Amino acid sequence: MSGNSTYQPQGPVMQWLEKRLPIGALIHSSFIVYPTPRNLNYWWTFGGILSFMLGVQIITGIVLAMHYTPHVDLAFNSVEAIMRDVNYGWLLRYVHANGASMFFLAAYIHMFRGMYYGSYKEPREVLWILGVILLLLMIMTGFMGYVLVWGQMSFWAAKVITNLFSAIPVVGDSIVTWLWGGYAVGNPTLNRFYSLHYLLPFVIAGVVVLHIWALHVVGQNNPTGVEPKSEKDTVAFTPYATIKDGFMMVVFCILFAWFVFYIPAYLGHPDNYIMANPAQTPPEIVPEWYYLPFYAILRAIPNKLLGVMALGASILILAFLPWLDTSPVRSGRYRPLFRFFFWLFVVVCIGLGYLGSQQPAGWYVVFARLFTVYYFAFFLIILPLLGLVEKTEPLPKSISESILQGKTAGAKA
Amino acid sequence: MPRHCRVSPFQGGEGAAAGACGWIEDKKGIANVTTMSSAEPTRRDFLYVATGAVAAFGAAATLVPLVAQMNPDASTIAAGVPVDVDLSPIAAGQVITVFWRSQPIFISHRTQKEIDEARAVDTNSLPDPATDQSRVKAGHDQWLVLIGICTHLGCIPIAHLGDYDGWRCPCHGSQYDSSGRVRRGPAPLNLPIPPYKFLSDSKIRIGETDTAQT
Repeated sequence: MSGNSTYQPQGPVMQWLEKRLPIGALIHSSFIVYPTPRNLNYWWTFGGILSFMLGVQIITGIVLAMHYTPHVDLAFNSVEAIMRDVNYGWLLRYVHANGASMFFLAAYIHMFRGMYYGSYKEPREVLWILGVILLLLMIMTGFMGYVLVWGQMSFWAAKVITNLFSAIPVVGDSIVTWLWGGYAVGNPTLNRFYSLHYLLPFVIAGVVVLHIWALHVVGQNNPTGVEPKSEKDTVAFTPYATIKDGFMMVVFCILFAWFVFYIPAYLGHPDNYIMANPAQTPPEIVPEWYYLPFYAILRAIPNKLLGVMALGASILILAFLPWLDTSPVRSGRYRPLFRFFFWLFVVVCIGLGYLGSQQPAGWYVVFARLFTVYYFAFFLIILPLLGLVEKTEPLPKSISESILQGKTAGAKA
Repeated sequence: MPRHCRVSPFQGGEGAAAGACGWIEDKKGIANVTTMSSAEPTRRDFLYVATGAVAAFGAAATLVPLVAQMNPDASTIAAGVPVDVDLSPIAAGQVITVFWRSQPIFISHRTQKEIDEARAVDTNSLPDPATDQSRVKAGHDQWLVLIGICTHLGCIPIAHLGDYDGWRCPCHGSQYDSSGRVRRGPAPLNLPIPPYKFLSDSKIRIGETDTAQT
């Protein structure tokens, strides 16, 4: 996949640079002439959107850090000063806070795309696992960022999440004390969360580089799941994929801007506009919407340690997906039975999200447990069995054939 | 490197070769937009230019808040409002320091001797020529108000030191006289005068001039 033979630098400056650091050839081969399957649909634009959102979060975050004070007595007021006094501070804060939501929205769509089209299957297992690592880093970063506001939700979220580790037998309490840097969540906790919240996005950026590298080694998947067989199956990345990604980024930004400028506090919780009070827990503790499904799974299990383990397992099980799915057919487009269970899985995830926002009582508990069972059954029972028993539709011989023969009966998705 | 030909829905009309490759790799290495040597700009050219223009405008617009946020915020500006100083506790010969906009302001209640010394100097011999009269308000010659930052590299000069009955800067030895004018040392300019005005004989407002400009 190294197209170094085709790039000719223009002008004396580029030629001088290319001999010393061939960055022109790298960009050329990776993002300009890179052969991209010609049938990619708009679900494939979310990788680019995620890279864009990472840039947005890093830039707004660094700029916010110029005005934020990471001390328990000053943090909340410094955020309010950003909102009221700093030039365009309100805009930067709302972009950063809603940007986190948009970041997770794009990530979940990106992951569902991967699950539907079998993008995690051989030879893309490492690519997928790097993605799971990225999700974990995102979850950690988002959690710590929310704590920095030091409102009631920030403080009690910090309390609850750090206390999860107390479920670990023998060493649990020591770990929690170590995380806190004290006997409770306090100033040391806030300070170290600030440091790590600044650090992790750059770790994410590094893993994104690995993620894109892993992608370019094996090439992109495509809606048919059939690998490109000839030049007829691909087009150059620029301008086709570049423009498609750019267009979808603009559409995404319209949604983003809708939140930032019209309903900037809609996705947040009003209790986080109350300064943190270590002596009083708010009547309901809820995380931000993007953590709700995992929160529902945690609360569905009545045992403390098992609940924590289920929470961890609900994320880590994704890493095993390449081996849990036994189907030799990659794309869900040709797997009608799989499609049924997949969409049910999507509904279950959204349902778990809703249940996570409600008080764990009555029917909510029943459904949360049912949905949790389905969540794990999908990975551990349904996917392994499906590959063995389902009847799949015939695959096209190639990508070009699938296009030139038109959208035949059955799968268009 | 393969040639990727994709028939564009816009091609195939008048003047365009049907099925012509819109995308080709030549020895320049960078894929060209079109192989057609049409004299007229195509729709694609228009779209590229329009997209590029909107993207450039968007990039510039994005920079505005990112750059503006580093300028002083509303609370800093609010803290920089003019400050009133009561002169009555200041004895003759005494120099006090107050802060305005985070800068040290020297207020010197000069003795007649200091005023005469300042006025006796030949201004042409000064490194930064200025008359003493131009540095005080008419009718209030005994009050000297200066920004107490050495014009060399920013240290605060020390009062009642030096050979000129004025200030001496401890960092590199610049000396200022009883009118705050530089007489010796690496400093290039006189100690500047902040905007101020007299509200009464015993009260000044630092941060406003008589013409209400700051």
